[in-house]
Amino acid sequence: MGKASKRQETLGARAKALVSDLTFRRGVLSILIFLTLWEIGFRFNEWFGVMVPFVGKVDAPSIVATRWSDVVLLPGYWESWYLSMGRVFLGFLIAQVIGIPFGLAMAVNKYFRGMFFPPFEILRPIPPLAWVPASIIFWPTTELSIMFVTFLGAFYTIVINVLGGARAVDIQYLRAAQSMGATQWDLFRKIILPGTLPSIFIGAAVGMGITWEVVLAAEMISGGGQQSGGGLGFFIWSSYMGGVMDQVIVGMISIGLAGYISSSLIRYIGYRSMPWRRMF
Amino acid sequence: MADAPDMMQVNNVSKAFGEDWEREMVIENLSLKIRRNQLTAIVGPSGCGKSTVVNLLAGFEKPDSGQILLDGRPVTGPSKDTLVVFQETALMPWLTTYQNVTFGPKLRGDIPRDQLKEAADSIIETVGLKEFRDKYPLQLSGGMQRRAELARALINQPLVMVMDEPFRGLDAMTRQLMQEFYMRLCEQEARTNVFVTSELEEAIILADSLVVLSNRPATVREVVQIDLPRPRNLEMLSSSQAYEYKRHAMEMLHEEALKSFKGVGSSSDFLESYSRRP
Repeated sequence: MGKASKRQETLGARAKALVSDLTFRRGVLSILIFLTLWEIGFRFNEWFGVMVPFVGKVDAPSIVATRWSDVVLLPGYWESWYLSMGRVFLGFLIAQVIGIPFGLAMAVNKYFRGMFFPPFEILRPIPPLAWVPASIIFWPTTELSIMFVTFLGAFYTIVINVLGGARAVDIQYLRAAQSMGATQWDLFRKIILPGTLPSIFIGAAVGMGITWEVVLAAEMISGGGQQSGGGLGFFIWSSYMGGVMDQVIVGMISIGLAGYISSSLIRYIGYRSMPWRRMF
Repeated sequence: MADAPDMMQVNNVSKAFGEDWEREMVIENLSLKIRRNQLTAIVGPSGCGKSTVVNLLAGFEKPDSGQILLDGRPVTGPSKDTLVVFQETALMPWLTTYQNVTFGPKLRGDIPRDQLKEAADSIIETVGLKEFRDKYPLQLSGGMQRRAELARALINQPLVMVMDEPFRGLDAMTRQLMQEFYMRLCEQEARTNVFVTSELEEAIILADSLVVLSNRPATVREVVQIDLPRPRNLEMLSSSQAYEYKRHAMEMLHEEALKSFKGVGSSSDFLESYSRRP
């Protein structure tokens, strides 16, 4: 019996590998098709004399790739990666560290919620970028100002998700735990916290996306000053100012990749820490 | 006091919900006795306040007036002595079967670690989930989830186990199997059970005494002693004795159910009763 189940396991593992392999191939294929269409769209003008709208004006992947191969040799490009990543992750991390307890406290304590929810809701609709001027005045360095803005971008989303998630924990779980002798602290630690975990990760994934959007805009506005280095946002901005369009696209794709890497990381951590949600 | 014949006594309990003019009596002057080591089934027309009775027995809610005694002492709040098995599964989705079963004892720390593992494994085996010990609730079928929940309740050794329509939502086949399983379990482990259900046949075949509730505000309409022989099986439902119980209870339930249609004339009344469906 043990042998049979073992065989089934390896079969299952193989089947799984095949499926993920197919998914992987499909992904690669879709990117290739996308690039091919883009290339054809751009070349249409020189081949047939017809200008394709939008795509015809964007430098083709082959041109971008050539430019990219030059750019990767520049230390400044990698420095931009490093700087933007650093700002994103620090702002994001601080937002998590403050946002999760803040959201949980608002969820479980009505006095705390009564005190802090109204000002939170008034501040929340203010776009993080509107904070840039104020932030530059608040903080001694541009670096800190940018980080503060990225922090704000993630913070509101994280808090709202944690608050909503914790409030939505099914009362049945709380009652069941209570009737088995749980104290208030037990309820919080053993029911509310694991029950909120999925929402924490949703907040993290969305917040991470917003952080990338915000950091780039913040770099475009304030970056490139004497105090702080460029970052990917400033890389795009200065390429545009210099009229190097293909380099703008290099910057854009770099951001896309950076965002993809960060959100994959969060998905992976979520997958690892919530084993009960990966059965199907 | 420990030798008192009744495990629980509900004395003239009333409970209302809502504020001021919206205030509505859900339970009025309800008195009943839960006999020690017996299975008391509670049936009533849909929406009559059965779940409120459960919440009161379990201590989740407090009566407005009257008193509920457990083993001679008043019920003051939820405790492991009146453990509830809920309608919808209340297994923690983030814990495996084993972790769910050991949840209560671990919280209270009243079973030593080495004994706990043994106790939990033996209970999990009793409910037939040995192979599913390390699976998460969502990986179990509906019937298995209910059995896991039974195991989680049993390990806490409650004085009274309160079952709130525990087999609701299961398909007919699984439901029968669960009824048989639960029947055996009750007969093997003499234990005080309260079984709340809206299925009359289920109540009759499981119960030692059958409490029929009236329409809202709920009060006890009649208590019927069910004297079907033990050990029981589902075939007994077709006996003339069971049929007689059923006919009698059905008559009462029908009468009570009709009351809720009285006075339903305007659309607002209709909407109100509609929105109160369970």
